Amino acid sequence: MTKKSQNIINKLSPLIALLAVFLLWWIVTGSGAVPSFMLPSPVDVIKAFVSDFPLLMRHASVTLTEAFSGLAIGIALAFLLSTLMDRFDFLYKALYPLLVITQTVPTIAIAPLLVLWMGFDMAPKITLVVLTTFFPIVVSLLDGYKNVDEDAVRLLRSMGAGRMKIFRYIKLPSAITSFFAGLKVSASYAVVGAVIAEWLGGFDGLGVYMTRVRKAYAFDKMFAVIIFITLISLLLMWCVSLLKKLSMPWERTGEKENENK
Amino acid sequence: MNISPNKPLLEAKNIKKSFGDHQVLGDISLSVQDGELVSILGVSGVGKTTLFNILSGLNMPDSGEVFLKGENITGKPGQISYMLQKDLLLPYRTVLDNVALPLIIKGMPKKEAREKAAPYFKEFGLEGTEKKYPAKLSGGMRQRAALLRTYLASSGVALLDEPFSALDTITKSAMHEWYLDVMRDIQLTTLFITHDMDEAIKLSDRICILGGKPARIVAEIKIEEPRPRGKDFVLTSRFLEYKKQIAESLKQA
Repeated sequence: MTKKSQNIINKLSPLIALLAVFLLWWIVTGSGAVPSFMLPSPVDVIKAFVSDFPLLMRHASVTLTEAFSGLAIGIALAFLLSTLMDRFDFLYKALYPLLVITQTVPTIAIAPLLVLWMGFDMAPKITLVVLTTFFPIVVSLLDGYKNVDEDAVRLLRSMGAGRMKIFRYIKLPSAITSFFAGLKVSASYAVVGAVIAEWLGGFDGLGVYMTRVRKAYAFDKMFAVIIFITLISLLLMWCVSLLKKLSMPWERTGEKENENK
Repeated sequence: MNISPNKPLLEAKNIKKSFGDHQVLGDISLSVQDGELVSILGVSGVGKTTLFNILSGLNMPDSGEVFLKGENITGKPGQISYMLQKDLLLPYRTVLDNVALPLIIKGMPKKEAREKAAPYFKEFGLEGTEKKYPAKLSGGMRQRAALLRTYLASSGVALLDEPFSALDTITKSAMHEWYLDVMRDIQLTTLFITHDMDEAIKLSDRICILGGKPARIVAEIKIEEPRPRGKDFVLTSRFLEYKKQIAESLKQA
């Protein structure tokens, strides 16, 4: 088998698996084995998706605003905290266990509290996104800083570099790989976090819409939202991968370079 | 201070160093003249790297001092450049930016540092690699780039810690030839750590043999063979004679 056809099969097989799931879903609902008020058929879901599309987009813009603001604040905080924790060992020892504990508190349990404290506007939603996105990035950055090559640090010291320059030229760029690993996780958490926060109160957003259609027992619309949220998360993760590729040109394979010659 | 015409470029006086109860270096003194290539030869674990860390200012000795051009540089890094067995080219910087890094760290603006580094690429056999990332280079090229970086970082003296020991024999031998050529052109004074006798004899003006516990310099052997040394030098009886002499000293240590 040639490499090319192998490649095509590799790309096709997840698609085929996905189609199979849809087909199974369609058969189960179409045959009447599961009543349609419990599980709508995929065709109904797609119809609901299409007819509700403008509405979904309007709610999505709110949710995405919350998700992006939260993610941005989360990244900034994560950078600040992890850098400080790396610089001052006592901070690392003091805060690391605390960070882990905060992560074991279920998001869904804090969300209502946040709504009580901050009201029904965007603030509690953004806060929840910050809380969920911040941790994976802190951990991955700390990891990146700690795994720096000690010999490279020694070399820079021998050139007369101080702490700041070692950070700028060695630690920060070495941590970028693990930063993106954390960001990928956080990007998918961001949307889900915003949606969960919206469940508990608000006027706009995919979570709010989800609560409404659930109360109306409009399961086809419910599924349409779920699939929509999944698509958004996937898109975000893909954006992170793209961003990673763009900001780490040295990781790219050599093929392109040879073409340029 | 006594300023003689033969004042050494680099001088270490009575260096001692212990880690806990374990004394590693016991009273080491050595000097390197301008343009000289001196090897420090010793078995693994004898304390060669500890000595280099002290000479480069990364670690403080328990007692003793290091002088560069008569100036006391004990415990002051940034004066003597250092090259390790690993090339330590930063994967996220292009070769040119890697090589220019020591200049940038010393405060030179990026553009100026690049302009200063670029002309050496030809001399070091690195033409055309300026904009590439290190991962694209062969082992020998990476070492050459690391060496160029070391040269640009130096104020005339380079410490090389087993720089060629990770290369295969054929590449290594080619690197030796090349290194001797380049050194002659750029007038780089070198202190060279190795555990490879052949390498030491081929390259050095002088070999200091480090041995014992704690380590001291047990013998110093001058390699009188004139330069440029031909490829056949390693096959001569003179070469074997040196080798025998070194083996004896190592055994006694």
